[in-house]
Amino acid sequence: MSILVLGLGNILLMDEGVGVRAMEAFDAAWTVPDHVSVVDGGTCGMDMLDLIASHDHLIAVDAVKTGAPPATLVVLRGDEVPAYFKGKLSPHQLGLSDLLASLKLQDEAPQSVTVIGCVPMALGTGLMLSPEIEAQIPEMVTLIAEELERHGVTAVPRAAS
Amino acid sequence: MAQRVVVDPVTRIEGHLRVDCEVDGGKVTKAWASGQMWRGIELILQGKDPRDAWVFAQRICGVCTTVHAITSVRAVENALKLEVPLNAQYIRNMIQGAHNVHDHIVHFYHLSALDFVDIASALKADPAATAKLAQSISDWPKNSVQEFATAQKKLQAFINSGQLGIFGSGYWGHPAMKLTPEANLMAAAHYLQALDYQRRMNKVVAILGSKTPHIQNMAVGGVTNPINMNSQSTLTLEKLMYIKQLIDEVGDFITAVYLPDVAAIGAFYADWTQYGRGVVNYLSIPDMPLDTKGTVFALPAGFIENGDLAKGFTPVKGFNDPYFEKGVKESVKHSWYQGGKGPLHPYDGETIPQFTDWQDEGKYSWIKSPTFYDKRAQVGPLANVLGMYASGHQRTQYWVHAVLDTVSKHLGSKVGVDALHSTIGRHAARAVRCVVLYEELQNQWKLLMENIAKGDTTTFNKPVFPKGEIRGFGFHEAPRGMLSHWVVIENGKIKNYQAVVPTTWNAGPRDETGQISAYEAALLDNPVAVADQPLEIIRTLHSFDPCLACAVHLTDTETKSHYQVKVL
Repeated sequence: MSILVLGLGNILLMDEGVGVRAMEAFDAAWTVPDHVSVVDGGTCGMDMLDLIASHDHLIAVDAVKTGAPPATLVVLRGDEVPAYFKGKLSPHQLGLSDLLASLKLQDEAPQSVTVIGCVPMALGTGLMLSPEIEAQIPEMVTLIAEELERHGVTAVPRAAS
Repeated sequence: MAQRVVVDPVTRIEGHLRVDCEVDGGKVTKAWASGQMWRGIELILQGKDPRDAWVFAQRICGVCTTVHAITSVRAVENALKLEVPLNAQYIRNMIQGAHNVHDHIVHFYHLSALDFVDIASALKADPAATAKLAQSISDWPKNSVQEFATAQKKLQAFINSGQLGIFGSGYWGHPAMKLTPEANLMAAAHYLQALDYQRRMNKVVAILGSKTPHIQNMAVGGVTNPINMNSQSTLTLEKLMYIKQLIDEVGDFITAVYLPDVAAIGAFYADWTQYGRGVVNYLSIPDMPLDTKGTVFALPAGFIENGDLAKGFTPVKGFNDPYFEKGVKESVKHSWYQGGKGPLHPYDGETIPQFTDWQDEGKYSWIKSPTFYDKRAQVGPLANVLGMYASGHQRTQYWVHAVLDTVSKHLGSKVGVDALHSTIGRHAARAVRCVVLYEELQNQWKLLMENIAKGDTTTFNKPVFPKGEIRGFGFHEAPRGMLSHWVVIENGKIKNYQAVVPTTWNAGPRDETGQISAYEAALLDNPVAVADQPLEIIRTLHSFDPCLACAVHLTDTETKSHYQVKVL
């Protein structure tokens, strides 16, 4: 049973990259067994099909737009992960849900999908997160560890390993 | 009375690409293309180490990561006049070739075919009749009754599940949909197969790029792939043989499925050769260098003026050609930046935001307007295919005529090269480019194997940065057209960086003298049957493979609509 922890987002657009930053923070602080992959998916679209297809469970860490105030954290599971999306004028608009739909058509969709998300505050150009969003990173790291625990995996703090 | 139709994809942040059309008497009479995201890579890169620029540059875009990585290292190498070892050229050529082939397949089947193919109609098709149709145009082994019946069931189950996902943007049942149920099922089944083949091609990028999804092997001065036929951690014979197998498998799909499908759909929609002509100055550049200096290329190209492939063609000769370097300028007269200095060369380019509201006659876009020797130009696969054609590239000429002959046979009348200057022509050209790139991939694989067999395992030349200021440019013929990066380096640090992305050329606003861009021109006279379902406008825009919504990747639980279309 393999698990993919996938950080998503554009690190050039401030809080858009919060998923990648949280995944990096998790990777820096925790070690996981070999059957768990922790990957920076960045802004990639169709390029990630093989990566996702080769795992049984997907934990995506991403910036999310839910209508809630900025810095709100959400955990979405199963049907809560939006199953259908808007029209596409460009392949760049291929979101996670589109990838999952493609995999479903190929009978290779993961058994479970969890999205750990944070509502962004600022999406301007820049490598830094907004301070309010930065402050949520430790909590997002905890949410990743808890989600792994739900799948029967115990992450070990790096200092202790 | 004229209506204003606004097509604005609901995007995850402030819109990306918006098109406004004035529609009168069932056709477009005026058009404005506007990019709604401003270009900030310049600011992020200022002061950074030029050797790291590609790492950031590849994050500009979610699809073209490798494209920006390659172009960025080329720009810095050009500034340093640094030669690149042959192995590194071949490996880069294979990465870019594989990426482009992957991208063209995805664009045709997964991002634009549904503008012409009605999935709902495919459910009504007879699988036996579909097999008969498909077998009449290709000997592809998967054109069987069984395959089509299975595909139909799969589509039905998918639609029944209510999760339309990737099919959600289709204008099903629109009066401009013309294919028979069988032709729709054939294309839909190939859509499913294409999902698999595009992935195989992407594996080639992943193996050579050392990691997926972002490649890791690029470096100013070469690539970081160590070559050692016996060590498992490097590029081995086993990996190279697997790459060859993947290339061959995808090649079969291109020749037996993609090309026949494009020719068949093109024949059904032959009227679309009359729409979407747009700007017929075409700019493309040579790519796949065959020497260390970037002076000899597998795929030649250049600038074509006024669609004249014979008299209007000027070749771009190489990575150092001043004809290219001096020709590019960008205007911000109609863009939301401080201007007043006239069009500027990218080395001197400025990116200082100055937002006004949308002004039809004033500023209305975040995109700058590039020109080549003061002329608007179209870029993309069509520009590249015509550039290779005009350069006398034989395989391009062969495949252009092969596709046009097939279309002519379907139609029972002669279709010439002129038909390519159109909405459907851009799809045909993309398919031609895809097969030409596949053949060149095989060639690059052979060149790499032969060079390694000679005992050459060099993949990297170390860059050394001088004191003082140097400048350079790099280009690459990317899936959506010619991409260029321009860098000014001072004492080993980046002083200015400008990325002129392909869609900038096509989707820019009016320029300094009011000339319209390729999008704006291509939409003129485009028919619009139903104002609030402007499928025809979408068709013409998609034929360019628009690329502006770069790199935004937000999960959205709030908005579930498709294109937001407003009729004012």
